[in-house]
Amino acid sequence: MTTRSDDFQLTRRELMVSGATLATVFLLPEASAAAATAAKGATISRNLDTASRVSFSVNGKARDMVVDNRVTLLDALREGLQMTGTKKGCDHGQCGACTVIVNGERINSCLSLAVMHDGDAVTTIEGLGTPDALHPMQSAFIKHDGYQCGYCTPGQICSAVAVLGEIERGIPSHVQDDIAGTPSVTNIELRERMSGNICRCGAYSNIASAMTEVAGEPS
Amino acid sequence: MKTFAYERVSNPAEAAMAIRNQPGAKFIAGGTNLLDLMKLEIETPAYLIDVQDTGLDRIEPTENGGLRIGALVSNTALASDIRIRRDYGVLTRAIVAGASGQLRNKATTGGNLLQRTRCPYFYDTNLPCNKRQPGSGCSAIGGYSRQLAVIGGSDNCIATYPGDMAIAFRLLDAQVETLNADGRSRTIPLADFHRLPGDTPEVETALGPDEFITAVILPPPLGGKHFYRKVRDRASYAFALVSVAAVIQDDGSGRVAFGGVAPKPWRVEAAESLLPEGAGAVTSRVFADASPQEDNAFKITLAERTLAAILRDARS
Repeated sequence: MTTRSDDFQLTRRELMVSGATLATVFLLPEASAAAATAAKGATISRNLDTASRVSFSVNGKARDMVVDNRVTLLDALREGLQMTGTKKGCDHGQCGACTVIVNGERINSCLSLAVMHDGDAVTTIEGLGTPDALHPMQSAFIKHDGYQCGYCTPGQICSAVAVLGEIERGIPSHVQDDIAGTPSVTNIELRERMSGNICRCGAYSNIASAMTEVAGEPS
Repeated sequence: MKTFAYERVSNPAEAAMAIRNQPGAKFIAGGTNLLDLMKLEIETPAYLIDVQDTGLDRIEPTENGGLRIGALVSNTALASDIRIRRDYGVLTRAIVAGASGQLRNKATTGGNLLQRTRCPYFYDTNLPCNKRQPGSGCSAIGGYSRQLAVIGGSDNCIATYPGDMAIAFRLLDAQVETLNADGRSRTIPLADFHRLPGDTPEVETALGPDEFITAVILPPPLGGKHFYRKVRDRASYAFALVSVAAVIQDDGSGRVAFGGVAPKPWRVEAAESLLPEGAGAVTSRVFADASPQEDNAFKITLAERTLAAILRDARS
């Protein structure tokens, strides 16, 4: 559980010690942070002023970390957990390379603080499939050549998987004629719904083909 | 990003108390705009109050036949609600015309109302901007103004309100419900919620310093045909050059509001009686006091043509 900052008292010395520690560790799994703090002769507080403890699951595995409050979910995954499948593109929510699925919904992990995800279930590209057991969307991207350089691909695939779920759940889109009706898997729907994922190589047509196949529609 | 302390509150009263007790604090909900601005150090809160657990994630009927939308209802959830899609189609249309699927999943009803302008000079910390740094000057006036306001601006600021959802709320006469640290609740008409820049462009809303948005309240449905037409530089995932929200009744009467043209959702009720006379009559009245820049004067013509397209569709 994320701890609240107003229910603890730090002495001036403790505050300075923890501040100095954080400046050097930036983001560490809890055990390492505790070790680093212990080495400096202080006990770790549950309520570090500018850092917080956070627990969430990533691809089904429980994770427990102490993070600087500034750390985004993206940096917690890449730098803290060394899960580099999720990519950093613009770091401002404009390109979609950092897309992950949290509690079943796709989000930009660069525009979300790790500390805000206490208790959440995060799925990254590493959790969708493995090289030996690809997710159908991963297989379809390969078959349809849905990438060139591949940098945006993890975000594209996470988004694509979520988009098919959104259509199935009836979430409306900008290109839907009857906004109170049921959306369908058409090329224009897929393109509109994928507009938050930029591909500088321009593989958009092939990405839409891959998604169409996974949705079971004739391409 | 500057360092900050973080607190997660569990109800609206706690949220309002927390912001009173912490100078320099800000609320964070979806974070999609605030974190972007914090990375650029345009926003530098010393303390973040995370309001995601405040329980305001429901859409409930009101006694008079309207709906009360909790401030934490996500853009996706609001746009998808069948009551909204069926009875307030203009609102769903506006929401899905904005941002991307990923952003709409995180963005909230309350937070979206508070999103800040995308004026390029507000974002460029090397240049003067009265909104970012009061008294420093406005780089946009006489600068690159294609995206900026043609009406409602001042000598100090011509930034546009960037959102889509609020344009539909303005059209629907929505009310913003708030709670302050004294436990006092009030409702603010959407029309009065966003402020014009005047001499204080840094003051963007009517909210008090310890006031927390708890809901947006919709009056009973209007009927009629609902439209939200957004014109932008690419087909998706871009801010409006001009957007037009409209509800048109079978007899040709209706309501119309404009986005992308002013520092707030722009609606001139007195112009709506001119709807039966056509788009030109309406926009001549709506933009009578416009003072466009060289780069954005086209928006007035674009607004007329966009409304004309809506009126044509309404007749068919």
